[in-house]
Amino acid sequence: MQVPSHFEYERAADVEQVLALLARYGPEARVVAGGHSLLPMMKLRLAAPDALIDINDVSELSYIRVERDELLIGTLVRHAELLDSPVAAEHFPIFREAERVIADPLVRNRGTVGGSLCQADPSEDLSAAFAAVRASAVIRNAEGSRTVPLREFHVGPYETVVGDGELLTEFRVPIKPGGSSAYEKVGRRAGDWALAAAGAAIWLDGGNVADVGIGLTAVGAAHFVAAEAEEYLRGRPADDESFAQAGRIAAEHCRPTADQRGPVDYKRHLAGELTTRALRRAAERART
Amino acid sequence: MKITVTVNGQDHERDVEPRLLLVHFLRDDLGLTGTHWGCDTSNCGVCAVWLDDVPVKSCTVLAVMADGKTVRTVEDLERDGELDPVQKGFSECHGLQCGFCTPGMLMTSRWLLDTNPDPSDEEIRVAISGQLCRCTGYENIVRSVRWAAEHPAVQNTSEPDVTV
Repeated sequence: MQVPSHFEYERAADVEQVLALLARYGPEARVVAGGHSLLPMMKLRLAAPDALIDINDVSELSYIRVERDELLIGTLVRHAELLDSPVAAEHFPIFREAERVIADPLVRNRGTVGGSLCQADPSEDLSAAFAAVRASAVIRNAEGSRTVPLREFHVGPYETVVGDGELLTEFRVPIKPGGSSAYEKVGRRAGDWALAAAGAAIWLDGGNVADVGIGLTAVGAAHFVAAEAEEYLRGRPADDESFAQAGRIAAEHCRPTADQRGPVDYKRHLAGELTTRALRRAAERART
Repeated sequence: MKITVTVNGQDHERDVEPRLLLVHFLRDDLGLTGTHWGCDTSNCGVCAVWLDDVPVKSCTVLAVMADGKTVRTVEDLERDGELDPVQKGFSECHGLQCGFCTPGMLMTSRWLLDTNPDPSDEEIRVAISGQLCRCTGYENIVRSVRWAAEHPAVQNTSEPDVTV
């Protein structure tokens, strides 16, 4: 039987209370929502926090809505809710496509969007999706709040900029006209982590690429981004040739490592091919 | 700490350690052993129960997280001696072999049919994709759920071709 070590349990009703509890328990406290990353780590004793602060009742963090020209996603939104959200799909089909291949329906019923990002697993899907659409993250603390571009959110594997006494509360995704998005993932079996995955968001200006975001996961891309491929594409014709070349550039610049899921050359191949496919589909959608 | 969990419509108050998992609370504290305990790693889904009306893997939920919430387990499917259509479906279509995954499969299937009364085979497969059948009897599980969809309120399984 896998049993976590002892900890104190507190349940918070709102963000203020979460921050107060974080201040009271100090750096060895952890926020728990779905718990589908943290509890398995606690069972294996890879994590042994002194206290868990349960935020499942903090309903003010559970929303998906458009405000002015941004899609706002509260961090307590469950994966299943983002998957089924018409407003998210309308503006960013990448979310539905990424969510569909994250874990399984039971895990998606419980796991949260904010929890996935805070876990900062290097193979996590939404990190690539949020990087592609150039989201930013809102982090609350005792002094107020700060907003961090998603592309600066991850410090390294399992490490983010969310500091002691802070709580990630919201994702903001800028909505710009003329764009669309798509997500492509290859895994070994249903519900598995990605062997490689690519997300693309593209904005067209006539036949050309006005702006583009490319997110990569599981292949060692810095900040989950294929920056060189983005740079190459900007201003070029939005056609198969450009997308194929962008895929080659993305493959060249990522740094996959060999593991039980696959060897380096295969992952690199996938990074390129999935980038190309995601770009192609995002552009098709942007045209219609 | 003291918790009160409404399980299958009944309030249960217990004093538990915060680290107690919901699956063990149900099985060991409440004696509801219909919910099985399998992989312990959120993979196999034999521990699936409903928490506030959605199925979750109870090996990855703390019992204290269920304080003040409602839980539904496989024991609640049968009503007044009458099996739920999904239970009848598994019986009719040989949806279980060793039976270890069955409670979880039943809870997910019931939820699927409550939210999508006429699912395609593909939708059934997706719905149970977080659950493992160690006998690999997936074909019959899909048939069983299909059967339940086609017989949503059967009173007597001996009647053939009953549709409502």
